[in-house]
Amino acid sequence: MKFTRREFVELSGACLVALSGRKVLAVFQGAPKAPAVPSAGATARKRLGILIDTAKCLRAQNCTRCIEACDRAHNIPDFQNPAHQIKWIWEEPFEDLFAASDTQYLEKDRKDALTPVMCNQCDDPPCVRVCPTGATWKREADGIVMMDWHRCIGCRYCMAACPYGSRSFNWVDPRSHLKSLNPDFPTRTQGVVEKCTFCAERLDQGKLPACVEACPEKAMVFGDLNDPQSEIRKLLASSYALRRKPELGTGPNVYYLI
Amino acid sequence: MRDRLWIFAGLFLFLGAITYPAWHNLDARTSSQPPDLVLPKNAKECVAPINFMRKSHMQLLLDWRNRVVREDQRKYVSPDGKVYDMNLTGTCMKCHEKKGFCDRCHNYAGVATPYCWNCHVDPALAERKP
Repeated sequence: MKFTRREFVELSGACLVALSGRKVLAVFQGAPKAPAVPSAGATARKRLGILIDTAKCLRAQNCTRCIEACDRAHNIPDFQNPAHQIKWIWEEPFEDLFAASDTQYLEKDRKDALTPVMCNQCDDPPCVRVCPTGATWKREADGIVMMDWHRCIGCRYCMAACPYGSRSFNWVDPRSHLKSLNPDFPTRTQGVVEKCTFCAERLDQGKLPACVEACPEKAMVFGDLNDPQSEIRKLLASSYALRRKPELGTGPNVYYLI
Repeated sequence: MRDRLWIFAGLFLFLGAITYPAWHNLDARTSSQPPDLVLPKNAKECVAPINFMRKSHMQLLLDWRNRVVREDQRKYVSPDGKVYDMNLTGTCMKCHEKKGFCDRCHNYAGVATPYCWNCHVDPALAERKP
């Protein structure tokens, strides 16, 4: 039997058409339908936040138990030089906390009352947007703004971007200024930036953040802001709470009951 | 043979130069003996087969690092099905000691000690510091 060149070309063409047929059919059938039920992750996404009851906090005067607990848990050094200080949770005068609010007639005691502040774990964190190495990012599962100290190159863009001053830079080797050393948490090294992470490592063990746990007045409530049944949401529903600099649009997740 | 002195002097220098490494090693009192490692007393097996750990422990540590920090996973399942915490200080250093194990082998192999210890805590150090 003779197989001509013409027959060979015809047969090749037919094979090509047969092979591409399925793809053509798929195009005309349209895109595959999205599953009717959204995946579990979409609805189970948390948004963790802290509510600080300033009235309860003020009741315990000169109490710094939350700060001490955090310092111990995270090996935070104690520098006398304010330029070198490392701050995860620290105190600010009430007046400076809400600088935009009108506190003209507030009593001096109330104005100067020291109130705990920490990273706000913003919904739209400016620090994450500016980080050139991806060393800080917003965790999708629970909204914590995490840090990877392995990857931080110490450029301090994030510190310039953060409107709350929540980030500190290690100018000096922190190990030389530690009061105690907690082996369960790494120290940091000279040249990296650090901040509060809502105790991500403790949350994984099913514990509360160290500051929340240490507060003798139970002035801090930690919970999921996406869960309408959580304690924090119930408290926020029934009383008026402030956030720091909400006008900047960063969406802070630390609330203050006034 | 008027150049005998030069020839032998050159030969001597040449032999000296080419056998220099041997003299240097003799002077440094090194040997081809493997390093005398302090092996864990409380454990018989590691988180992966020994041959793998010998060659690729750094790869494993980097993988642990990425999974804990980036993906928020804390548990590691070893090839023989045991579950471990992915934790340098808490898991590795529970059996090994830095000075007698990590450092001794790194020094022997001439591999610079990685900067893990700039931040991660050697439990021996934590005990010393109040």
